[in-house]
Amino acid sequence: MAETLLYWQALNRALDLEMSRDESVFTLGEDVGLYGGSYRVTEGLYAKYGEWRVRDTPISEGGFTGLGVGAALTGMRPVVEIMTINFALLALDAIINMAAKIPFMSGGQFPMPLVVRMPGGVAKQLAAQHSQRLEHTLMNVPGLRIVVPSTPQDAYWQLRQSIASDDPIIMLEHELLYFEKGEVNPAAEPPPVHQASVRREGTDLTIISYSRMANLSVQAAEKLAEKNIEAEVIDLRSLNPIDWDTCSASLKKTHRLLVVEEDCRFAGAGAEIIANLSERSFFDLDAAPVRIAGLDMPTPFNRELEAASIPKINDIVDAARQLAGQNKTG
Amino acid sequence: MDRDTLHRFLYDMLLARAFEERAAEEYANGNIAGFLHLYPGEEAVAVGVIHAAEPSDYLVTTYREHVHALVRGIPPRPIMAELFGRCDGICKGMGGSMHLFDRERRFMGGYAIVGETFPVATGIGYSIALRQLPEAVICFFGDGAVNQGTFHEALNMAALWKLPVLFVCENNHYQIGTEIHRHSAVVDVHKRACAYNIPAEKFDGMDVINVYEATRHALARIRAGNGPQLLEFETYRFRGHSMADSGSYRPRSEVKAYAERDPLKTVINEAEFGYPTSEQITAAGPDVISRLVDHPSAIDHFDARHVEQIKQEVANIVDDAAQFASQSPQPTIDDAWASLYGNRQHETLMEDAQHG
Ligand SMILES: Cc1ncc(C[n+]2csc(CCOP(=O)(O)OP(=O)(O)O)c2C)c(N)n1
Ligand SMILES: [Mg+2]
Repeated sequence: MAETLLYWQALNRALDLEMSRDESVFTLGEDVGLYGGSYRVTEGLYAKYGEWRVRDTPISEGGFTGLGVGAALTGMRPVVEIMTINFALLALDAIINMAAKIPFMSGGQFPMPLVVRMPGGVAKQLAAQHSQRLEHTLMNVPGLRIVVPSTPQDAYWQLRQSIASDDPIIMLEHELLYFEKGEVNPAAEPPPVHQASVRREGTDLTIISYSRMANLSVQAAEKLAEKNIEAEVIDLRSLNPIDWDTCSASLKKTHRLLVVEEDCRFAGAGAEIIANLSERSFFDLDAAPVRIAGLDMPTPFNRELEAASIPKINDIVDAARQLAGQNKTG
Repeated sequence: MDRDTLHRFLYDMLLARAFEERAAEEYANGNIAGFLHLYPGEEAVAVGVIHAAEPSDYLVTTYREHVHALVRGIPPRPIMAELFGRCDGICKGMGGSMHLFDRERRFMGGYAIVGETFPVATGIGYSIALRQLPEAVICFFGDGAVNQGTFHEALNMAALWKLPVLFVCENNHYQIGTEIHRHSAVVDVHKRACAYNIPAEKFDGMDVINVYEATRHALARIRAGNGPQLLEFETYRFRGHSMADSGSYRPRSEVKAYAERDPLKTVINEAEFGYPTSEQITAAGPDVISRLVDHPSAIDHFDARHVEQIKQEVANIVDDAAQFASQSPQPTIDDAWASLYGNRQHETLMEDAQHG
């Protein structure tokens, strides 16, 4: 039976369920226990599972993420919460040098059933050090998988699937999504964790996006429909691996590609998406692919400048209209 | 303690309290957004430490740094304007509340990633030592920051190379919602310094004169060439960790015990700015500010009227700062690009490579 949940509640349910089913699942991070998690994702779990399975940590991101790696080596299934993605920069050694490489370096002896969850993105005036997106860095690491749920249902499914996986998986959660509502059907059969979803069907162009920007793209597509442009919106859901087949199948139909990302434009996820699809679908494309992305600047504190530094619905609408051959003032 | 010094402490502490309460109010009014970490309860630390420093000493602070900036002498106007994110902010609205910088006053930044102040201060100490200058750098950090690797790495390097760094722990016993016994195996922060042969001591951080004297002595040892020193000041934040946090995880008995030392408690949670009367102050017993008031009053330095005068004066200053901030223009996107690329004076790059 489907019910309406907030994004954080969906994550909370998923974690709770996996912890109750499997005693090797435990979670740790700053203020995940007594406090209940900065975004409430671990609410109630400390009381239910106790301090060994819901561990409040010191501010030692490198240390406790590495601890997660060590625990995973011995068959535990740790879910590390890094309070926000900005602090994951201190844990990159554990993530990149250890979690991603140990399975390979050991000749496959060691699986790495580790999940590292982290909220990120541009939220509300949190300033440059607290408004980061790191997909560009993490995508470039062979051995790491990255999931980017944009809806409560995907958050629920993908967290459960990530915990069940024997690969190291980074879950990028967007800070502005935690309090978004959506239907969650716990009984429904989930699609494969990396499979992209076609959030809206269309014939005139394909908009590829992920995380919060996928939701903005769907809203932009609705506005475009009022202007007689039918955009197909693909929500990638996973940034490594990327479900290229769903993307290229769409381009066969629409022949036009618009990529929308919140991360900075230079060497971002969009660069990879466009490069790869240009190789794959070159003969299907009727126009040069277009990218909308964050400005290549640290996020300004000022509210208006912050808003100007990332894509908005109207930016997507304008770019789509131009790509579809409509003059945007028309 | 001479009258002028005491007067300056009192003035700065009252200004600090008033400024922070006003910032909270402006946050509630929607003029300030984002993370806002306030300092009420901890004023004696920043005021005592920074008054003991020379203007030529560098300061490196955390995200809870408005008061440090004020005490260093940055006028309230550009600080408040920065909190508002405006053009006339000390960082032109680019950095915000957690990232105050003032190159001229050697205010080397508010850092919002816990543990960043250690290496930055160590680097500043390194350049002072290399140039053989009689300066020092003061590195502020919280009790939660000492479990970051950078603490240990920086202390070792500072001790190894005898760098002129004064490490100052503002121990308010909490790392957001996690109490110190739940985040640290050794809760006496100063004891950790002995692992690196750094002289360290703990003091009551609610008593500004105490803080000032301890800092003066530590800085004197640094200037005498004894290398880094560490001071731990025990203090308490009266508010939540930031405006997004109620602080409700703290046992009532504990909050009460500390609040009893603060007669301002009744006004702290009120949206309206105001101060208790001197009768209320006496009735509530000693706290950070009233202890300071009591002391000079007892030795006939100030009378209650004088204190009221200062309160009025700082209230006006804070009003003026808020007024100034609200009238300051919004920065433009060109201002933002200029902040990013303005230092490329000697190089010409392709236009396109800059703006993407
Ligand atoms: C590396 C890092 N991890 C986590 C955070 C989130 N965070 C901000 S302040 C804070 C607590 C810091 O406590 P403490 O050092 O005692 O300073 P206080 O706020 O009490 O002054 C945490 C966990 C952060 N900013 N940086
Ligand atoms: Mg603290």
